[in-house]
Amino acid sequence: MDGHVVLAEGLEKRYGEKRALDGFDLAVRPGAVHGLLGPNGAGKTTAVRILSTLLRLDAGRATVAGLDVARQPREVRTRIGLTGQYAAVDEILTGRQNLEMFGRLFHLGRKRARLRAAQLLRQFDLEAAADKGAGGYSGGMRRRLDLAASMILAPAVLFLDEPTTGLDPRGRGEVWQAVRQLVADGTTVLLTTQYLEEADKLASRITVIDQGRAIVDDTPDGLKNRVGGDRIEVVLRERDHVPYALQAVARVAHGQPEADMAELRVHAPVADRVGSLTEVARFLHEFGIPVEDIGLRRPSLDDVFLRLTGRRTEEEPTPDQAQDTKGAAA
Amino acid sequence: MSAQAADGTGRTYRRRPRHGRLFWTVADCWNVVRRGLTHYRRQPVSILWQLAFPILSVLLYGYVFGKAMQVPGGGDYKTFLMPGMFVMTVTMGFISTATIFVHDSKKGVIDRFRSMPMAPSAVVAGRGATDMIVSCAELGIMMGTAYGMGWRPDGGIPFVKAVALLLALRFALIWVGVWLGLMLPSPEQAGGLFAIVFPLTMISSIYVSPQQMPHWLGQVALWNPLSSTASATRALFGAPTGTGTSWPEQHALLLAGVWPAALTLMFLPLAVRRFQKLSR
Repeated sequence: MDGHVVLAEGLEKRYGEKRALDGFDLAVRPGAVHGLLGPNGAGKTTAVRILSTLLRLDAGRATVAGLDVARQPREVRTRIGLTGQYAAVDEILTGRQNLEMFGRLFHLGRKRARLRAAQLLRQFDLEAAADKGAGGYSGGMRRRLDLAASMILAPAVLFLDEPTTGLDPRGRGEVWQAVRQLVADGTTVLLTTQYLEEADKLASRITVIDQGRAIVDDTPDGLKNRVGGDRIEVVLRERDHVPYALQAVARVAHGQPEADMAELRVHAPVADRVGSLTEVARFLHEFGIPVEDIGLRRPSLDDVFLRLTGRRTEEEPTPDQAQDTKGAAA
Repeated sequence: MSAQAADGTGRTYRRRPRHGRLFWTVADCWNVVRRGLTHYRRQPVSILWQLAFPILSVLLYGYVFGKAMQVPGGGDYKTFLMPGMFVMTVTMGFISTATIFVHDSKKGVIDRFRSMPMAPSAVVAGRGATDMIVSCAELGIMMGTAYGMGWRPDGGIPFVKAVALLLALRFALIWVGVWLGLMLPSPEQAGGLFAIVFPLTMISSIYVSPQQMPHWLGQVALWNPLSSTASATRALFGAPTGTGTSWPEQHALLLAGVWPAALTLMFLPLAVRRFQKLSR
């Protein structure tokens, strides 16, 4: 296993002309959350479906917990849990009935399925609603039930395919909490997401996937450093004030300040978020520069993509995206 | 590779390995059936919803139109209608097969099953077994209702044969339902199946004899698989059949066996292939 609990080498999957995966590589170390970050259609779900034995691969090799997904799918299935894009629970059955049914289908036997269900209901904080129909659960509760069902065999690897898509912030928080607990208990999680924030919060390693290929594998901090981390942004009212703003921003910037003359926008990466915001605001105020807007912006997945691929996350390539004129000040 | 795993507390959840593959296939199938039956235990009313249409039809056609309806060759219309309603019941049943299957596949439940170490065939076989059990219950309720309205069929072996023919038709339609359930893009579309099934039941001998239809329509109705089962069960229940001298009417009993067999031979492989195609 050479220390990797999930290992994929040169995975390929074609649908007619379209290459969903085109030489995809991935190496996941045990005991942490590994994020698989990419826009819609990048191949995240295809990769997870191949690794969880739902799809056959066209070329390449993949092992999960040391088992070959193409040659030993049955054995792989005893070592994995899968939580897909929908909360795949039976909405008519109660939470308890769901877990007992899945437990029996995991071949625990009737008695142990019952015990395991009770245990998981407690672990995922679902005891109060255990005997209510899952159809009446909130989004976050349904997701937690879904997670509990994936954890019945306490698998070596848990695949989470966009687990918080469609959840409100509260539900998202509940799911994140549950995932952290699982990792603390020793489960390895492969998490796909479109949100850099989510990958940042949960993952200790992130692979960025684009057009069926892994383009970067890095820590969240490393990734953010490539993009430049948080940026301060000042929008001015008058063109003449841009040099002043560049000067103000340069005092706190952690990299090259840039100016967008069309939008009268000056921005630069910063390290000390609040400190630099205060400093820039004070400086501009002292010089009497009127400001339309000032604030901090976190890099989005869109920024990561723009930096790494030169394209926006939407399909169309943008040839004239580099309207920003680089301006050095000071 | 031993089938066990440990959680953070060091506990292990060992699967029971001492049985063979066949044992687990049957056990998985039974657990899928249990799930299906638990649905009805938790929502017993849903079975009445499924029967609402046939029961309403019995009341409407039996009482409202009853006196105005003529059976060719004579005989009581209500007695003629009842076996038709049983055919209607088993036919409508396949809409629920398709509905549940499309729901499960779009909501990821089938993916979850397929990612588990259970027998994949149990997903389909369990659904089929559930539907057969539910159909027996539905037929029981329909026959009870009919009995309450004064329906008195011949008993004995012909009765058993008639029930077997109805279940044979239901069995064939399971595979049409599974196949459609895997083809339809969303659960909402499954409701639309009613619009296809309803004319199919009207253009058959379920309500009126094809003798009473315009010639060209009557020809379609004569060869409708539902007509064969309706005519054959009428004869077996001792009801007026309203049949003429055409070949399919004269050989209704034979066709009532051949049609379900042909449908099964065609749609069972289609459904299984469609299911296997999920991993492509």
